[in-house]
Amino acid sequence: MGPLFFATDEWSFVIALVIGIAFGYILESAGFSSSRKLAGVFYGYDFVVLQVFFTAAITAAIGLLFFEYFGWIDLSQIWVNRFYTGSAILGGAIMGFGFVIGGFCPGTSACASAIGKIDAMIFLGGFIVGVVIFDAFYPLYKTFYKAGNRGAVTIYEDLGMNREVFLLLFVLFAIVSFVVTAYIQQRVSQKSKKY
Amino acid sequence: MEEAKIQKLPKKYMNPYLAGVLLGIVILLSFYLTHEGLGASGAFKRGVAKVEQIIIPSHVQSDKSAFKHYVTDGKDPLKNRLVYMIIGVFVGGFLSGAVNNRLKLKLEHSPKITSRKRAIAAVIGGALFGIGSAFGRGCTSGAGLDGLATLATSGFVVVGMIFGVGYLVAWFFRKLWI
Repeated sequence: MGPLFFATDEWSFVIALVIGIAFGYILESAGFSSSRKLAGVFYGYDFVVLQVFFTAAITAAIGLLFFEYFGWIDLSQIWVNRFYTGSAILGGAIMGFGFVIGGFCPGTSACASAIGKIDAMIFLGGFIVGVVIFDAFYPLYKTFYKAGNRGAVTIYEDLGMNREVFLLLFVLFAIVSFVVTAYIQQRVSQKSKKY
Repeated sequence: MEEAKIQKLPKKYMNPYLAGVLLGIVILLSFYLTHEGLGASGAFKRGVAKVEQIIIPSHVQSDKSAFKHYVTDGKDPLKNRLVYMIIGVFVGGFLSGAVNNRLKLKLEHSPKITSRKRAIAAVIGGALFGIGSAFGRGCTSGAGLDGLATLATSGFVVVGMIFGVGYLVAWFFRKLWI
C-alpha cells in the first residue's frame, strides 16, 4: 500500500526528478511559460491558469479518494500542509500582488526560464531576493509566522461535511467556473489578444 | 544546410483540460510514490539556506534564521526531493520548448510597456512572491495545488487569497498587461 517511499528515501529524489520533468513539460505545453498568457486570468482574456489548475486539483483529489477505496494508499500517511491562519492569509495576499505584478509564480517562472524567457529569469532573481529578505528580517515576524497553528486541518472537516460531498461540490464549482470563464473569455477576446 | 535554418513556427499549446488531467495524475503519482506532492519554492529556499550555510553559517544556524531547520546538525539543505524536482521542472520545460519550437531568448511584455518596465515589474513581483510564499509555507504549487488536492484548509485559503487579492488589485496594474 502507498505511499511507497518517504521523503528521506534516496529513491524519492529520483522519483522527484522524474515527476519534476513531467511537471515542467506539462506546464510549458499548456502555455504556462508565457507571463502574458498567465496574467490573462486576471483580465479575462485567457483563463488557462484556472482551467489547468482546477482540473489538476480535482483529478488528483478524486484520484486520492479512489486510491483509498481500492486500498492502494493510506491517506493518513499523506502530507497535508499545516494551516497557520494569519501567516497563510498574509502570504496568500502578498503572492496575489506578486502574481499580478510579476506575471509568474515560482514553478511557472522556472519552466519559462528554461525556454529562454528573460522576464522569467528576472522574476526568479527577484524571487530569490524576496526569500533572502524574508530570512533577513525573520525575527521581526517570527511570532506571527508561528502563531495560530491549526495543524493538518482539512476544509471539509472545517465546514462540517464529509469528504465525498465536499469533493462533489468542489467539482461542480469548478465546472461552473469553466463555463462562466469560457463565456467571459469569448466576450473579452473579441478585442483579440495575441501572444 | 539551408533547411535547418528555416524557422519553424511554435506549435499550438496543449488543450488546458487535457493538461490539467495529466498534471492531476502527476500530483496523484507524487503522493502515491513519495507521500508528498509538487513544490517549487522550497528548492529556492533551500538554495538560499545553502549559500547562507557557506557564507554566514552563524546566522543560518541561529534562531534568527527562518531556515535553521534546514541546516541543523550540519545537514545539507540541498539534499531534498524538492531540489531534484525543480531541476526536473527546468529539464521538462526545456524539453517541451524544444519539441514545440518555443526555445527562444526573449523578454516578453505587453506592446504598451517597455522591456525595462516589464523587467522592473518582474523583479518586484518575484520578490513579493518570495516573501509571500515564505509566509504561506509554499507557493502556488506546494501550498496551492497540493493543498487543493489533499483538501487542506491551508490550500483553499492560500489559493483564495492569491486569486482574490489578484482580482482585487488587477485593475491598478492593468497597464502592465492590457
